[in-house]
Amino acid sequence: MLVEIIVSLFLLIGAAFALIGSWGLVHLPDFYMRLHGPTKATTLGVGGMIVGSVIFFSTQGEGISLHELLITLFLFITAPVSAHMLAKAALHLQLERVEKTRDVARKNTSGPCGK
Amino acid sequence: MKHQRWLPHPHLSILLLIIWLLLVNSVAPGQIVLGVVIAILVPIYTNDFWTDPPARLRLLPLLRYAGVVLGDIVVANVQVAILILGPAKRLRPAFIHYPLELESEFAITLLASTISLTPGTVSADVDADGRGLLIHALDVDDDEALLRHIRERYERPLKEIFEC
Repeated sequence: MLVEIIVSLFLLIGAAFALIGSWGLVHLPDFYMRLHGPTKATTLGVGGMIVGSVIFFSTQGEGISLHELLITLFLFITAPVSAHMLAKAALHLQLERVEKTRDVARKNTSGPCGK
Repeated sequence: MKHQRWLPHPHLSILLLIIWLLLVNSVAPGQIVLGVVIAILVPIYTNDFWTDPPARLRLLPLLRYAGVVLGDIVVANVQVAILILGPAKRLRPAFIHYPLELESEFAITLLASTISLTPGTVSADVDADGRGLLIHALDVDDDEALLRHIRERYERPLKEIFEC
């Protein structure tokens, strides 16, 4: 019973963060800001569900279950890389950014960051 | 890096063995043997793709770093969630150039990934000469403070881990 409550709690936390991450994807004004939603809010979203899964399957009497942790590992490897490549592509295409975005980089580099 | 033919990347081999055992979710002797075979073969076959393997790696600082980053990821998630739920008008996004002290490509990759996973920042580009990172931040108050934070919290420990 207690286990079920704890598992449900982690599932709810995970689902809430996944929902907020998706909301960010819809709601934030430009591409670069939208990138922040999926790279962050979703890691804890998946993380919460994974913790729930580890607890649930570890208390089924078949020994502890840890292979879910691999999902976290793969996510931590792939999420930043894909975010980086998306941002790089967006810079290359010079996608629009909200006007108030300050470009502190511009005075330091002559790279692709100037608009 | 061909000086060690049979175990060109000992750390990678250990990691692969652990990943294999986790994947099959068992520590039966047969699986350990299979894991060891994979841990030996994969690094040999992928050796040509590795440009810049870290020569030395200090385990204790690495574990401490992993702990700090894991904690920060949780904090980052909560912070970004709050920012997303708040009004978008109040956000102060910025591109910031971060001059690198690290030189090893592998360490820079780790730093860039860390930046993307931690509070309010995504690494967007690496300078052509590999001497700086372009970072996009969701909500910046003080650029200098952000740069200092990354320097102190992530880059210095990485330097310590790889002793470069």
